[in-house]
Amino acid sequence: MTYALNRVTVPVTVDEEKCIAAKGCTVCVDVCPLDILAIDLAKGTAYMKFDECWYCMPCEKDCPTGAVHVDIPYLLR
Amino acid sequence: MNTIEMEVDVLVIGGGTAGPMAAAKAKEKNPALRVLVMEKANVKRSGAISMGMDGLNNAVIPGHATPEQYVKEITVANDGIVNQKTVMKYATSSFDMIQELDSWGVKFEKDETGDYAVKKVHHIGTYVLPMPEGHNMKKVLYRQLKKRRVEITNRLMATRLLLDEGGAIAGAMAVDSRTADFYVIRSKTVILATGAAGRLGMPSSGYLFGTYENPTNAGDGYSLAYHAGAELSGIECFQINPLIKDYNGPSCAYVTGPFGGYTANANGDRFIECDYWSGQMMMEFYKELEGGNGPVFLKMDHLAEETISTIEEILHTNERPSRGRFHEGRGLDYRTGMVEMHISEIGLCSGHSGSGVWVNEHAETTVPGLYAAGDLACVPHNYMLGAFVYGKLAGESAAEYCASHALPPVDNAQVEAERKRVWGPLDVVDGLPPGQVEYKLRRMVNDYLQPPKVTRKMEIGLQRFAEIEEDLSRMSATNPHELMRAMEIHAIRDCAEMAAQASLYRKESRWGLYHYRVDYPEKNDADWFVHVQVKKDANGNMSCFTRPIEPYIVALDEEEKTAYQKLRIVKEPAAA
Ligand SMILES: Cc1cc2nc3c(=O)[nH]c(=O)nc-3n(C[C@H](O)[C@H](O)[C@H](O)COP(=O)(O)OP(=O)(O)OC[C@H]3O[C@@H](n4cnc5c(N)ncnc54)[C@H](O)[C@@H]3O)c2cc1C
Ligand code: SF4
Ligand code: SF4
Repeated sequence: MTYALNRVTVPVTVDEEKCIAAKGCTVCVDVCPLDILAIDLAKGTAYMKFDECWYCMPCEKDCPTGAVHVDIPYLLR
Repeated sequence: MNTIEMEVDVLVIGGGTAGPMAAAKAKEKNPALRVLVMEKANVKRSGAISMGMDGLNNAVIPGHATPEQYVKEITVANDGIVNQKTVMKYATSSFDMIQELDSWGVKFEKDETGDYAVKKVHHIGTYVLPMPEGHNMKKVLYRQLKKRRVEITNRLMATRLLLDEGGAIAGAMAVDSRTADFYVIRSKTVILATGAAGRLGMPSSGYLFGTYENPTNAGDGYSLAYHAGAELSGIECFQINPLIKDYNGPSCAYVTGPFGGYTANANGDRFIECDYWSGQMMMEFYKELEGGNGPVFLKMDHLAEETISTIEEILHTNERPSRGRFHEGRGLDYRTGMVEMHISEIGLCSGHSGSGVWVNEHAETTVPGLYAAGDLACVPHNYMLGAFVYGKLAGESAAEYCASHALPPVDNAQVEAERKRVWGPLDVVDGLPPGQVEYKLRRMVNDYLQPPKVTRKMEIGLQRFAEIEEDLSRMSATNPHELMRAMEIHAIRDCAEMAAQASLYRKESRWGLYHYRVDYPEKNDADWFVHVQVKKDANGNMSCFTRPIEPYIVALDEEEKTAYQKLRIVKEPAAA
């Protein structure tokens, strides 16, 4: 089987200036019920890894620095 | 990848609403018990109430409602198909639970005199208790778990239950969604609290995770119970909810109703008498949506500024706080426009309708040592408070069972077979991506199972689901997260098959839109005033059969029986 690489925009974005994952924070990754956020170890910031979002917002609410922003997924906007 | 073994007395699967309550109550009953909550997400923010809740939909509070009245209401709202004892048990325990939650720090709305400020939304009685500060629910529960020293494992997805030779519970198996480690947990009892089967149908937007239910609740518990040989009931009584079009927040008749908001058609006219969610109400909603006066709207633009800001404060901060962003994106203001509405995808959920694992008034399933509570346990229209009450009952019953039972041995054959199934997708090279299989499966669910139900269509659906079963072993997972998704698809497919079989079995129409069969359009009490059960038979096949309805403990008169049949507003013909 061969696979295609489809581009999709994701609804959740992280302000790299504000994110303190490099200092060990993983709060948003921990609280997400769908487990779709991850830490980019090279950059030291959190990001949305899978487009499987319920736009429920614990990630944004619990982030200690206000780095996370949840948008409605494009398909539903 | 490792295999990890653990031993406990009470294993609670699902740490959302019912689960934490069950664990706390099992510990309270016997603090010496080893109680473990196994959660697929993180207990701090998991489940339907992850961000909090707007209110109690079904509070039975002395002075506002009686248990008898509530039992009547739910009996008619669920079209007669209830085991009244289970509803009565909820109703008589409801007020104690509210007081206990209050003492734990959950805030309910009270009036000037300190009495609970209950509102009327249902057809007959008064049961809706707002929680304008309902956003701390999960914190309150978490504190109780810590205080009582309940053990917690996060990011573990239960995949199958373990049984002893006699068919009683011996534990459960699970997979870690971060490491793919395989867990074998021996336990005397298991409490299922995994919530609704919320990823059955596909939202009409096509976004797989835009479901009404928290999509972590994929229906795993229904599948776990089924494969353990438990009876499930009312699976044909689908959950379908009125939602904002393209946004999965409830239309919120419960929140806006008491403030004067209502469901209207395109002309801004009311067409239903009562906004309480029932199959009968959804039928009228569906007819209006598809009819010449459609679509359907939530109307608030006639309300005073003050009232609207209060509504916004509740709707945009508590339960589904991204709702405000959605409206903003479309330029909609409740003051100047009506909110377009639509119907949700289909799901299985007893919290809202009546589809779940069969339980009695002690939260016992038909499998010894297995208990169920919350949205997946068949106590109709049970909602959040019902999840707490049945969580408590399940915890107490499980603690009692532990006192007289030893830990059963583990059957290695079951463990081997399950490890092979669970790790399978990691070994498949060049396989089907789980996301694609899920998309196809759920589109087929929409095409063939969404009401109006048509016999031939459901039969074709069953063929498609059988073909997709073949595809399951061709799925490949490139990481533990994808592996979790792959295992969820197994459960979704089981739920789809159960939904089709149970719907084909009940040859009548009932519960309004939930089970509207075009080729059997009438309700037929003579033949179908019974529960329809689904179970895996001795040969491993899916079988359906009936269970008689236990004699009512609260009698209904003829007028009451038809209360939910007359929801449409009949207009006086205008004078010529
Ligand atoms: C959007 C929305 C609004 C609602 N509004 C109201 C309201 O205003 N008032 C009201 O009374 N009720 C309301 N309800 C209903 C109420 O929230 C539910 O009935 C109740 O919370 C269900 O509790 P539960 O424990 O069954 O499920 P949940 O609280 O959803 O918990 C299920 C848990 O199981 C976990 N899980 C799932 N599968 C597995 C697995 N395989 N292994 C381990 N863990 C697993 C999940 O991650 C989740 O944490 C609402 C529901 C929704 C979805
Ligand atoms: S919670 Fe905020 S600061 Fe912490 S990792 Fe996530 S985005 Fe970064
Ligand atoms: S909005 Fe919810 S599902 Fe989406 S990333 Fe944040 S926590 Fe996860």
